[in-house]
Amino acid sequence: MDNTIEKSIAKLPDAAEVKEEILAKYPAKVARKRAKQIIVNKVNEGEQVQEIMANTRTIPGILSMRGCAYAGCKGVVLGPTRDILQITHGPIGCGFYSWLTRRNQTRTKSDKHPNYMPYAMSTDLQEDEIIFGGEKKLKKAIDEAVALFHPKAIGIFSTCPVGLIGDDVHSVAREMEEKYPDVNIFGFSCEGYKGVSQSAGHHVANNKVFTDVVGQLEEEKEGKFKLNILGEYNIGGDAFEIERIIDKCGFTLHSTFSGNSEYDEFASAHTVDLNVVMCHRSINYLAEMMEKKYGIPWFKVNFVGAEATAKSLRKMAAYFGDKELIAQTEKVIASELVEVEKIRLEVKERCEGKLAMLFVGGSRAHHYQELFTEIGMQTVSAGYEFAHRDDYEGRKVIPNIVVDADTRNIEELSVEADPQRYRERKTEKEMKELEKSGMRFNDYEGMMSEMKDNTLVIDDLNHYEAEVLIEKYKPAVFCAGIKEKYVIQKSGVPLKQLHSYDYSGPYAGFKGAVNFYREIDRLVNTKVFSLVKAPWDNSPELAGNYAWNN
Amino acid sequence: MLLRHTPKKLEEREALTINPAKTCQPVGAMYAALGIHKCLPHSHGSQGCCSYHRSALTRHYKEPVMATTSSFTEGASVFGGQANLLEGINNIFTVYDPDVVAVHTTCLSEVIGDDLNQIIRKAQEEGKIPKGKRVIHTNTPSFKGSHVTGFANMTQSMVTYFSENTGSRQKQINLIPGFVEPSDMAELKRIMSEMGVKSVMFPDTSGVLNGPMTGKFKMFPNGGATVDQIKSAGDSFFTLALGRTASLPAAKSLDTKCKVPCEILDLPIGLRATDIFVDNLRKTAGVNVPDSIKFERGQLLDVITDMHQYFYGKKAALVGDPDQLSSLAEFLTDLDMKVTVVVTGTPAGPKFERRVHEASGEKTTVKYGLGSDMFLFHQLVKNDKPDLIFGNTYAKYIARDEDIPLIRTGFPIYDRIGHQYFPMVGYKGALRLLERVLSAVMDRQDRDAPEERFELVM
Ligand code: SF4
Ligand code: SF4
Repeated sequence: MDNTIEKSIAKLPDAAEVKEEILAKYPAKVARKRAKQIIVNKVNEGEQVQEIMANTRTIPGILSMRGCAYAGCKGVVLGPTRDILQITHGPIGCGFYSWLTRRNQTRTKSDKHPNYMPYAMSTDLQEDEIIFGGEKKLKKAIDEAVALFHPKAIGIFSTCPVGLIGDDVHSVAREMEEKYPDVNIFGFSCEGYKGVSQSAGHHVANNKVFTDVVGQLEEEKEGKFKLNILGEYNIGGDAFEIERIIDKCGFTLHSTFSGNSEYDEFASAHTVDLNVVMCHRSINYLAEMMEKKYGIPWFKVNFVGAEATAKSLRKMAAYFGDKELIAQTEKVIASELVEVEKIRLEVKERCEGKLAMLFVGGSRAHHYQELFTEIGMQTVSAGYEFAHRDDYEGRKVIPNIVVDADTRNIEELSVEADPQRYRERKTEKEMKELEKSGMRFNDYEGMMSEMKDNTLVIDDLNHYEAEVLIEKYKPAVFCAGIKEKYVIQKSGVPLKQLHSYDYSGPYAGFKGAVNFYREIDRLVNTKVFSLVKAPWDNSPELAGNYAWNN
Repeated sequence: MLLRHTPKKLEEREALTINPAKTCQPVGAMYAALGIHKCLPHSHGSQGCCSYHRSALTRHYKEPVMATTSSFTEGASVFGGQANLLEGINNIFTVYDPDVVAVHTTCLSEVIGDDLNQIIRKAQEEGKIPKGKRVIHTNTPSFKGSHVTGFANMTQSMVTYFSENTGSRQKQINLIPGFVEPSDMAELKRIMSEMGVKSVMFPDTSGVLNGPMTGKFKMFPNGGATVDQIKSAGDSFFTLALGRTASLPAAKSLDTKCKVPCEILDLPIGLRATDIFVDNLRKTAGVNVPDSIKFERGQLLDVITDMHQYFYGKKAALVGDPDQLSSLAEFLTDLDMKVTVVVTGTPAGPKFERRVHEASGEKTTVKYGLGSDMFLFHQLVKNDKPDLIFGNTYAKYIARDEDIPLIRTGFPIYDRIGHQYFPMVGYKGALRLLERVLSAVMDRQDRDAPEERFELVM
């Protein structure tokens, strides 16, 4: 079987040539920049990879996939939380577009429990407020929100104009908190122009959640082996599936940041003994800060892909080091893999050797390569929409990343150990042991070292480049988002949305893996695209004439 | 319950908008610009807005929506977006080669106060706009109006930039179709050609946002009004503008700039509004109403007559955009339905309110503008439960909680297809709307009827 893969690789275009062809069309300045963002992958000895330019400004006029800091803060990180009431401070649009469109699922314990997710709230700023300031209206809006909803917490999200007209959402939050001492009120300076993409908003969100939410409540959950999952947003029910598995193994999941989550769980999240990180890009700041302040170690996991899920579970069990937990985890993995293997082999037969491309987000373009590998497909090109160099090259490059003006605008909190609440979870010796056994704390190896040589790694891929890739490689499937979906499909290549999952899922965990195999099978083997040609396209010559002419 | 926190009791809100019944101007401007042939809409601001607007339109149409952005960062927000736009224009023409770039502003560039006229002039002087190509702009501050206003503004800018009175009147009329679907635009053209009326219609998104699958992606599909057509609109002898909110500014500009007189009509949704449209076409163009159109009208009336019992007395609550709402209210009232509530977030003004009351009677509760949101709409629905709700996809949360059938109308519709392909305007559009209403009412009857009263023939 491996032969087929080798064969198809042999037929692949030369990545360096494709890159040259892409650059040829650009004005010189654009070409110079893109040359550093399009990298022909080469993994050298010791996981040494090429340097890629990432997290830099989007080029004006070039059709990008990227969104803004507000989207990263309100949409990505805070959006999935059901009981933090969220008010968008600004004109109506921003709040409208982030209203339920990300498909974060949530499940309250009962109908009586709060869930504000189906509500989009906005101060809907008008011209007068733009001129004279919107703080008064914001305060009034908070009054009204408290009266109507009685929330535990309120988050205020700034949109572009807010920063410019000089509204201070933080002082409003403080003032209103004094007025309503039972409500935790905090503001986010996530104006869309901050940074260069959604990424800036993740950082802003992490900071505020860290300073104003985590640690507000001293309430431990019952149970053993307590942990938080960071960077899992429960799109398509992924978090539900992960919860199911983790539960079965015997871990206690304290909270997920932020899929299917509640405020109280966030507020007491510092009581756990381990943080595991799914989406490194969007939440690594919080993991780092919680380690420094509370002493909670973190490592990277990946629940996308059956193998990756098994590996992550083993790592988590090994961390706690409990024999029973390890045994139970192994038992769960073995039993879950039975069904997974059956479907995987069946699907692999039909997908083996086909090509995939992935261009999304800050982690999925990496994670999902696992699932494709499991069914014998090869990722020939991939890249992130808003990631940084460390997501490509691994965290080891962080010290070498040049901090530019756009990044400097985002506050970097200086964090110290909490005198009362810092608690060593493992002794230094235990940590050393774990590290020796191969466990890598505070680390992420990035996408590039796991990709084949001569594949193309492209940061902030744009529409024109996607067109060239499609033409050159004719991939069996292209993974991206809603804006790319129908563009790619019009050219006869199925597109799988990896933000919204095309309104299906889950794809994480074991059940998710099965769902994804089946979904890819459906997409790459559909006959729909073979129907494009009508009979007359194949034989355009006119064979006959109208009967009555004869 | 999805909307479990919405209380029945109405309370005055001044500052907090909850579940808006409108969105911001640029998305309307972007949609309108896609109705120009070979045009690339461009959003002058941070990239987030553009990303949101493209996503919204893509979800609504399930079609490619191509648009670029000036991608402001903090620097541009301080020093102005001129450098970004100039660079953007250069990149756009080099990489994508459109005929027209239609720039709209965002809140950010509006607050900064970028002077688009001046920047475009500069681009011209610096040779960044290739010969024969055009860059146009419109201002779309979202702290005023709504997405409908944005559509109206961009349509007006088409006149400002392109339409010319050359002094020789042409035997054609202008049709400004309003913020309607590509399917509606195609239907309006069909009706006019059926009647033998020569016309220029802009914007025209038919063939752009409901394109075919051919195995080849076309960045600029075949549809859209050409620059030459819009230019010649200045020589037409009359303008019919459909929908006051979406089409009035463009019609007025044609009048003041090119001396083309205009008439503002309601959107031709339903029997009477279509009658008025057809009759106006007849009178202005001096043509007869052909038998084919009379036949369509007759069919529509036939179904109304035959199925009247299912409409009679049914209560309907409407949320959406003003031009659609007033026509819809009239049509439903003509069917002997009762329109209980009409809500729009667009500041449509007292004229709108009057028009709805004219159409559906004084008892209808009409709410428009600031604070008229879907939260309020839901509360009104709770207080006077209708048999049907008309609204966009977001209304489905209300429909499910209250167990009331939803007829999807307006923007956005994220969860069904049909609006791209089947019109709501004209007699045929009305017929389809009737069919949808009937199906909803009858499905409900089938679901709820006691076994002994379950009907075979309906
Ligand atoms: S900033 Fe303004 S233009 Fe941009 S999405 Fe928000 S409301 Fe719309
Ligand atoms: S206005 Fe700013 S915050 Fe709102 S969508 Fe646009 S870029 Fe994002």
